[in-house]
Amino acid sequence: MASFDVMPDIQLYQPVELDDALSLAERYGDGGWVLGGGQDTYGWLKDRAKNPQAMIDLSGIDSLRGIRTTDDGIEIGATTTLREIIRDERINRDFSLLAQAAGRVASPQIRNVGTLGGNLSQDTRCWYYRRGLACYRAGGNLCYADGPESMNREHAVLGASRCVAVSPSDTATAMVALEAMMVVASASGVRSIAAEDFFVGPATHITQMTALEPGEILTAVRIPSKWAGQRFYFEKVADRDVWDFALVSIAVAMRLEGDSIAESRFVCGGVACTPHRLKNVESAARGNSLSEASADAIAPLASAGAIPLNYNHFKLPLMENLVRRAMRG
Amino acid sequence: MKGIAVSTTVNGDAVEYVCHGRETLLDVLRNHLGLTGAKEGCGTGDCGACSVTLDGELVCSCLVLGAEVEGRTVETIEGMADGDKLHPLQKRFLDGAALQCGICTPGFLIAAKALLDRNNNPSESEIRYALAGNLCRCTGYDKIVRAVSAAAGDMRRQQKAQARRRATR
Repeated sequence: MASFDVMPDIQLYQPVELDDALSLAERYGDGGWVLGGGQDTYGWLKDRAKNPQAMIDLSGIDSLRGIRTTDDGIEIGATTTLREIIRDERINRDFSLLAQAAGRVASPQIRNVGTLGGNLSQDTRCWYYRRGLACYRAGGNLCYADGPESMNREHAVLGASRCVAVSPSDTATAMVALEAMMVVASASGVRSIAAEDFFVGPATHITQMTALEPGEILTAVRIPSKWAGQRFYFEKVADRDVWDFALVSIAVAMRLEGDSIAESRFVCGGVACTPHRLKNVESAARGNSLSEASADAIAPLASAGAIPLNYNHFKLPLMENLVRRAMRG
Repeated sequence: MKGIAVSTTVNGDAVEYVCHGRETLLDVLRNHLGLTGAKEGCGTGDCGACSVTLDGELVCSCLVLGAEVEGRTVETIEGMADGDKLHPLQKRFLDGAALQCGICTPGFLIAAKALLDRNNNPSESEIRYALAGNLCRCTGYDKIVRAVSAAAGDMRRQQKAQARRRATR
């Protein structure tokens, strides 16, 4: 399929009130493209791999931007840029896991414009799908990434169901680790969804990466104070240190009592269609201290249940080694 | 389809234009305003050849819509030199041969300026981190990093000299 390199003829709406954006989103349904910073939008449109009728630009809606204190933690508006998160004093103090994850997204240019909401709800990087092929995720009945000749070095080792695409978002893993709530609005009201349920795998909904339905807009993310100031570990492994997407990443939040881990959340990115919680690692870590010995004992659990494709076996030891490094202390 | 009227500031000048909703800031700069310094390399944010600053922050102008810069401040490579007097970065890029074919150079200069405006004494890794969104296929980057580091020294000396002049006045 040819790459056209220029934007298609498309209607642009620039609402300044959320209600207007919501009624446009309702009117256009799945023909409406909700635009955050646009950093992953224009590639889709220029390639004609997605062909929405209208863009609904949220950047003019002041109420969707900024970091606010709530009764229990903080609320980050969906169009807050990644740069604003990286530089925010309170996030760096209490939720440095998120600042670190946001700091590893793409390049300086993209972090300066890219929004939290956009980073969380971006589509997968599977190149077969992004090329506009009629695969399962695009409504067809074939997966081009899971055949004997397929190039699937970057694809899933867990949670695949017909489609083997992975979640590319660096901030998504941090949100699941921090037990964030996603605030989602539509013309008919507001609902909030736990981060863990916001990201959906192919067995649940094969053409969507998130629980956002047509007509819905992610307006904010609420991070509870539960994990504020706790011990965090973030690491992203990619072929290139910048711009590139994670081969495997890990976001960890741990609460220590004395020397031992009382509670923890271990979340891997780049291994499944959703941020993947390592629940067996979490339960094995409980009561252990951070040490070389416990790291060696627990790390092998990280890849339990993983089923590699032709070219991504390397992700299994990567997952294990990232857990090992998080547990070393 | 109706055009969108935009008033903005480009390189210190008040500018008005009418653009289509699908046009990027890069399209507007090059096709409507005749500012062809910013280049279209990839059109997807990989290469940084289209870098400009928007309210002082580095952005890829190919990934910002022309209609989104209403009321904001855009700085492009064309606004970098002061008349005939080159910016220390431009001078150091020339002196240090920090370019060969030159297509990435406007983007690198803008990205480097965005860094030095915030931090006038960056370490080598800070320079490399700040320039990570710009690709160069000729130089291998080393000459660019050295030129930015040297320009940072020039700018610090200039700032010191200015401070001395102010103090003795």
